[in-house]
Amino acid sequence: MDAGTLSSIVTVLFFVLFIGIVWWAFHKDNRNKFKNAANLPFEEEDDGHGVRRG
Amino acid sequence: MEATYNYKVVRQFAIMTVVWGIVGMLVGVLIAAQLIWPDITLNLPWLSYGRLRPLHTNAVIFAFGGCGLFAASLYIVQRTCQTRLLSDGLAAFVFWGWQLVILLAAVSFIFGVTTGKEYAELEWPIDLIITVVWVAYAVLFFGTIIKRKTQHIYVANWFFGAYIVTIALLHLVNSAELPWILGGGATAWWKSYSAYAGVHDAMVQWWYGHNAVGFFLTTAFLGMMYYFVPKQAGRPIFSYRLSIVHFWSLNFIYMWAGPHHLLYTALPDWAQSLGMVFSLMLIAPSWGGMMNGIMTLSGAWHKLRTDPILKFLIVSLSFYGMSTFEGPMMSVKTVNALSHYTEWTIGHVHSGALGWVAMITIGSMYYLIPRLFGREEMYSVRAINTHFWWSTIGVVLYIASLWIAGVAQGLMWRATNPDGTLTYSFAQSVNAMYPFYAIRLIGGAMFFAGMLLMAWNVWKTIAAGRAVNDARIPEAVQA
Repeated sequence: MDAGTLSSIVTVLFFVLFIGIVWWAFHKDNRNKFKNAANLPFEEEDDGHGVRRG
Repeated sequence: MEATYNYKVVRQFAIMTVVWGIVGMLVGVLIAAQLIWPDITLNLPWLSYGRLRPLHTNAVIFAFGGCGLFAASLYIVQRTCQTRLLSDGLAAFVFWGWQLVILLAAVSFIFGVTTGKEYAELEWPIDLIITVVWVAYAVLFFGTIIKRKTQHIYVANWFFGAYIVTIALLHLVNSAELPWILGGGATAWWKSYSAYAGVHDAMVQWWYGHNAVGFFLTTAFLGMMYYFVPKQAGRPIFSYRLSIVHFWSLNFIYMWAGPHHLLYTALPDWAQSLGMVFSLMLIAPSWGGMMNGIMTLSGAWHKLRTDPILKFLIVSLSFYGMSTFEGPMMSVKTVNALSHYTEWTIGHVHSGALGWVAMITIGSMYYLIPRLFGREEMYSVRAINTHFWWSTIGVVLYIASLWIAGVAQGLMWRATNPDGTLTYSFAQSVNAMYPFYAIRLIGGAMFFAGMLLMAWNVWKTIAAGRAVNDARIPEAVQA
């Protein structure tokens, strides 16, 4: 197989992979999972207050 | 033992971000002045433009930007994984190792030691130290992710992860070089020559160069954006699903944009076109990401009026949007024919580097530093606001003057008389630059002055607070 054919195959594979990622990201079964993930920075109390030790 | 976060390394890097920001931008102001008054450094060889220019670029990118990224990534990875860093020893090694690299870089540039590859000027001994420090950083970061207490890996960490892996790859490939002593050289043991030759060397260099922009100056700072914008706005990111698509589309596309630095060169035409097309496609993920950050504020726009940290973060995203529109336009061959080698390119770079990278870093540091010193906020919030306006006006002066300068320069270079001879000599086009160089110097000096104000504010905050080495990990954690 020459380099041209190989790179064509890789290009198509990557394109399909990317479509798969978009499908996965917007699939309705994952809606809650990603909503929870978006809240990760807020799961703990803010540390702007004197809650720590030196 | 109580579970704690390692704040010490974050604090060290945060302070050095401010220090190196001042050093790097001071050198920038100096070389901007040299363009107007070439003899301003008394013709000392160590302070000549050719030596100070790589010192400026490396200092602002890898010292200022780098320390900001180490601080932000090591803070964010702990807080979103709700666990302490993998190893305190490794964290200290990364901090001191990186400072050593910065010092060695500064000294070698002043003595004129360089490989001549833009943004990869460091010679092989320093390249080797960078490799060791970077591997330690990767182990520290990914090791912390592996021992996380949360189920999901927050998207900011994905961006930092991509940045760490890609920079390792770029550094190893582009810095492949043969030390001169191995080739039989008896003097200058630090000298090396690239492993690549001719147009291959150029292509490897700009594959590296543009991906340094893509993964160091973009992806990594987007990691900052995905944590600090939601935190400062007090609401989750506008669309987490968009952030996933943003992440993968950036990664898929950025790698191929490098050839746009080599339009109209010996690089094969198909490779030039490929670089241009991929650069144009980059508008989509770039603007998707920018919208995602800005729209996080939707419903809370009033916060922009009163919160100068949020102003820094949101305006940085506006500059990100501007420069990622301008960049693809400049990679179009016909536009590039006018813009390349002119001041327009320098203006474009600073629209990204000052407007986006520096401003999001400054905003993030204003968020971090009080927390690292047990304070609720910076010593003076008014000073943050003043800093914001100095920076914004400074950037606008800088990029507007260089737009005009660049277009004028490009038009003067290509102007021909009816008989085909050039209308202007090169010296005439240099002469036309003076007023724009002066405005650029004023803009840059304003940005630099803002950093001095920041240093004062940080100093006062430190004086009023106390250094936090270990911060308690809050108990209330849901699975």
